[in-house]
Amino acid sequence: MGAIEKDLASKDSLSTLVRYENVTKRFGDIEVLKGVDLDIKPGEKVALIGPSGSGKTTIIRMLMTLEKPTSGVISMGGEPLWHKKSSSGKLVPADEKHLRRMRSDIGMVFQHFNLFPHMSILRNVTEAPIHVLGLSKEEARERAVDMLEKVGLGDKLDAYPEQLSGGQKQRVAIARAVVMRPKVMLFDEVTSALDPELVGEVLEVIKDLAKETDMAMILVTHEMDFARDVADRIVFLHDGQIEEQGTPQEVLENPSSERLQAFLSRFLRN
Amino acid sequence: MTWDWNFAIEVFPEIAGAIWLVIGITLGAYIVSLVFGLALTFARRSSFKPLALATYGFIEFVRSTPPLVQLFFVFFALPSIGISFDKYTAGILTLGIHYSTYLSEVYRSGIEAVPKGQWEAAKAMNFSKMQTWFKVILPQALPPVIPMMGNYLLVLFKETPILMAIGVGEFLQEAQLIGAANFKYLEPITIVGLLFLLLSYPSALLINKLEKRSKRGFRSTKKAVKEMNEFEELKG
Amino acid sequence: MMDVYVDIIPKILPGAIITIQLLVASSCLALVIAFIAGLGRVSRFAVVRSLTSVYVELFRGTSLLVQMFFIFFALPAFGFQFSPFLAGVTALGLNYGAYGSEIVRGAILAIPNGQTEASIALNMTRWQRMRLVILPQAIRMMLPGFGNTSIELLKGTSLVSLITLTDLTYKGLMVQNTNISYTFPVFIVLLIMYFVIALPLIFGVRKLEKNASKGVVKA
Repeated sequence: MGAIEKDLASKDSLSTLVRYENVTKRFGDIEVLKGVDLDIKPGEKVALIGPSGSGKTTIIRMLMTLEKPTSGVISMGGEPLWHKKSSSGKLVPADEKHLRRMRSDIGMVFQHFNLFPHMSILRNVTEAPIHVLGLSKEEARERAVDMLEKVGLGDKLDAYPEQLSGGQKQRVAIARAVVMRPKVMLFDEVTSALDPELVGEVLEVIKDLAKETDMAMILVTHEMDFARDVADRIVFLHDGQIEEQGTPQEVLENPSSERLQAFLSRFLRN
Repeated sequence: MTWDWNFAIEVFPEIAGAIWLVIGITLGAYIVSLVFGLALTFARRSSFKPLALATYGFIEFVRSTPPLVQLFFVFFALPSIGISFDKYTAGILTLGIHYSTYLSEVYRSGIEAVPKGQWEAAKAMNFSKMQTWFKVILPQALPPVIPMMGNYLLVLFKETPILMAIGVGEFLQEAQLIGAANFKYLEPITIVGLLFLLLSYPSALLINKLEKRSKRGFRSTKKAVKEMNEFEELKG
Repeated sequence: MMDVYVDIIPKILPGAIITIQLLVASSCLALVIAFIAGLGRVSRFAVVRSLTSVYVELFRGTSLLVQMFFIFFALPAFGFQFSPFLAGVTALGLNYGAYGSEIVRGAILAIPNGQTEASIALNMTRWQRMRLVILPQAIRMMLPGFGNTSIELLKGTSLVSLITLTDLTYKGLMVQNTNISYTFPVFIVLLIMYFVIALPLIFGVRKLEKNASKGVVKA
């Protein structure tokens, strides 16, 4: 617990939005993350790249509170995500109330969209603003229509998810997450489940969003050109550890580790 | 508390004594339902449309009317047109035929799960219709539905108390007679409930296990495929 | 020949009304119990899960008729005296509620995990996730199962004749008792009347099965 107390005491929380400290994760016998340290500043756009099974997705799933870290501390705005202070001042495992408070600053877009199939597109986007943020129906609708128009789906408000293409679904999913106005948005391989010809429209939407928003973004992706365009920093993961990180130029054009070179050459070859 | 241990212990053997009768009736009816159910399945698939249609109607009718009334029909009404059975045969036939309609559904789902290619392959190898059914289709259709078939054995077992209505001395009938004679129903009926739990719960666990095993087999194949794909992806 | 049926039907029709009342009342009870117990089975509290499991196993592991007899004949020993109708509704409701809870549980567990994850990511509370996202999809999947259970329940109502409630079956037996020559037609009429009551349920299930897959994520 020493590390947690130290983190709470640290005063640089304002310049750091998200902090991973020596975070590990095991699934049974498999150690997916072997001690990850990572800081993300407010508004920063970070791309996570690396081979399948390197632990990229697990990193953002833990921040979304979908997986619990095995050890280490993840904090958000200087406050531990998975722990909270009890009345006696000790750190105890977080309860649902604490998690919900922390989650209000985090949003996520999933590989398989996970739209709600029983709701219209508009309701997919207004449901959480109404029930979670407590907006009035009119306010929520205004916010949702505005966002859906931005992602090019202003004419699909009354359609249902099954009537949309994969690219359209993913754009709805982005709108659904953005209207919650989180401080950090997580993108989990958002184009991996799409037909190749639909990838572009989704990446365009994210690029535009990245340009005009002051939200931080963490993007797990296999699209190197996209990562170069959007990210301020690229982090290369290998076998549960951060192998190399830096600006897109540094990482993509001057990779120093052999593993990153091998990884990138596979992408260039394809 | 009005529970009387001495009374319970005294009447327990009398009630439990019906166990062989109950098991006999259950197994007898189950065999009828297995065989007749298969016959219904074939008849339902017959290319002779009137037979297929009549079978369909029969299945729907028998499935959605109460076995108790069917029991009365077999035991009380059929003799008036010259067909009579003793109460045990009537009980076995009624329950057996009632649940044959359920088993025919089970068979059907198993048969429909066999890939079309198997029929085509059998045809290509010039198997006769009989050979195709008994050597190719059924050996593949039945194993996956064994847990479901086991389930109906239990359902059938739990339906046997209705036979008390025509005087078959199964558990509940015995308990009822004891209860009426002593004006004490709590102990005998509780014992009947316990006997059912004792006999059916372990069997239910066993079937559950069978079911899980067949599902796990399926899932691990899926997982293996996924892992293989990931491996391919890693290799680039 | 025909006048036999003309004579029988009015005599047993009041029983059909009792049977339908039983069907409606115990279906409602079973539905409520099915949801309570079904949600209990997927509760995050182990105590709630085991309590509901015990209830479900108890009622699925014993016989409907035994449960009915227990409620009608044995519970008076504790001072609970049920009318035949109430005993019938209680036994039918508890028994088919236990079966129904399995349908509820199965449907809830069949909703893909991505739906829960998406609603966590939108910061919904547990209850909101259940109410807004999981249940609306799960209920659609439950409907055919509920329909089938209601047909089973209809068949189960005939057992109340054994605890002296004058339902359709009981009325039939009474007619048969007073006029032995009616034996064959009486039971034919009974079977057909039950089938007629079941018909709307059968068609309903057929329709629901066709619609069940709509509006649910294909996993």
